[in-house]
Amino acid sequence: MILKFILNTFILTMLTFSLSAEETGSHEHSEGEKGLTKEEIDEGIDHHLQDAHSFHLMTNEETGAHYGFPLPVILWDDGLHMFMSSAFHHGEDLVKSGDKTFMLFHNKIYSINESEPIFISKKRDTTIINKEGKEEEITVTDTIHSYSYSEFEQNFISHEGHLPEEAFIANAKPIDFSITKNVFLIIVIGLILFLMFFFAARSYKKHGYLPSGLGRFLEPIILFVRDNIAKPNIGEKHYKRYMGFLLTVFFFIWIVNLFGLTPIGVNITNNIAVTSALAVMVYLITTFTAKKNYWLHIFWMPGVPVPMKFILAPIELLGTIIKPFSLLIRLYANITAGHIVIMSILAMMMFLSSWIGSSLSFFLAIVLGILELLVAALQAYIFTMLSALYFGSAVDEGDHH
Amino acid sequence: MEKLINEFSIGMFFWQTLLFLVLLFLLRKFAWKPILKAVNSREENIQDALDMAVKTKAEMKKLQTQNENLVKEARVERDQMIKEAKETGNKLVEDSKKKAKEEADKIIENARASINSEKNAAIAELKGQVASVALEIAEKMLREELSSSDKQKTLASKLAEDISLN
Repeated sequence: MILKFILNTFILTMLTFSLSAEETGSHEHSEGEKGLTKEEIDEGIDHHLQDAHSFHLMTNEETGAHYGFPLPVILWDDGLHMFMSSAFHHGEDLVKSGDKTFMLFHNKIYSINESEPIFISKKRDTTIINKEGKEEEITVTDTIHSYSYSEFEQNFISHEGHLPEEAFIANAKPIDFSITKNVFLIIVIGLILFLMFFFAARSYKKHGYLPSGLGRFLEPIILFVRDNIAKPNIGEKHYKRYMGFLLTVFFFIWIVNLFGLTPIGVNITNNIAVTSALAVMVYLITTFTAKKNYWLHIFWMPGVPVPMKFILAPIELLGTIIKPFSLLIRLYANITAGHIVIMSILAMMMFLSSWIGSSLSFFLAIVLGILELLVAALQAYIFTMLSALYFGSAVDEGDHH
Repeated sequence: MEKLINEFSIGMFFWQTLLFLVLLFLLRKFAWKPILKAVNSREENIQDALDMAVKTKAEMKKLQTQNENLVKEARVERDQMIKEAKETGNKLVEDSKKKAKEEADKIIENARASINSEKNAAIAELKGQVASVALEIAEKMLREELSSSDKQKTLASKLAEDISLN
């Protein structure tokens, strides 16, 4: 009975979705120029994946009103510049702070001078023969065009134009320490995590050794990290030192990934800077807690002929950097790919604008959503697992060889 | 790759590092430490209880065998004691019997002796009494016979006759 009801609701939802998709589709087609083009969808996906300077929830296309709230912008450009992101008016206005003028364009802030032109350039790699007669690879920057600000505004901001492919604005970018959408969400998630585990920890005190409520749910996961990740990879003797980092990184990545799947759509782990920061921490912890045996295995690999030792040393040394690097790329790529696929399928729903195609892609999006739910936990597990493995190699005392 | 490098934001890196370290510090202090401590002590408690159970079981078994041995020993001892007691009892009865018999014999002997002596005494007394009674009778008869001069004369004559006869 219940199952039938759920099924009916599901079919009904699919129908509504496909119908509304068809409606918007035809509506947009009738307007001709305003239909979603491939570039626009690409741009939309790209935009969705990118960080932003304000917390933007939605835009009313008809009235042009934006819903969301501004976040503080903190810039370093020969001095500290701080203001709220609302000052940019979603990129429509320039912001003057001190003696500098800043422009927000496609989520990036540029330092410009209204009287000077804005350069749009294109990068290409070329090989040239240098003075010593050797081949040298250089990056040549071609200026495609230079616009005055008013021209730029006319072409790219007012009409929401796009820069030509592979082109970028060559003007200086200040170092951006803004509390962006991602930073804001990291703070929020950090708070959630802290409160969650703080109360879980407190519940132990109330009932002696037994947790209650949230703690009862979280304890098996904590024990999973301890017994299935930390202990087998690091070993009974040293695992306790790393538990704090492993648990924090596991829950951080997991919760952050789950948030990325919500309609708020903030993807923190698909920001390369975030995964880099985590990987750098793993590298530093591995390096600074490493025991003698770890360095011995890098610089003077036991059990191989002496000439081989000299060959192995640089390879092993490089390996220590490649290991955490693979961590950052793996996490970044997995989450980004997942989001791109889901959003592409959702975009397909708009494109197909037919009864069967749309519901099919809707169904596909749901299946992929479930898969992403799994990936969210899996990536947290893999990151933690590999970190533990690296820590394990650092403290390995070679007694089980 | 170029896109990746382009996407890399120093600010984001900075904030992520800072916020993560703060989170790590706070969680470590207020969550992981107390939770893991509680879990560890709970596990230790369970382990202790289990060890204790095993130990107690072994002890119980030991006690049981000890008890069994004790019971066995007690049984043997009891049997021994019963046997001894029986023997002692028997001996006692035998002894008493013997003693009683001896005593009885002695008493009988004594009784016999005293009866004899009593009898002898009684006989002697009776003899005496008979003699005195005979004397008395003889006296009485004499008195009677000698109460008159005739009689005295007769007697005297008779006596004289007897004597003369002799």
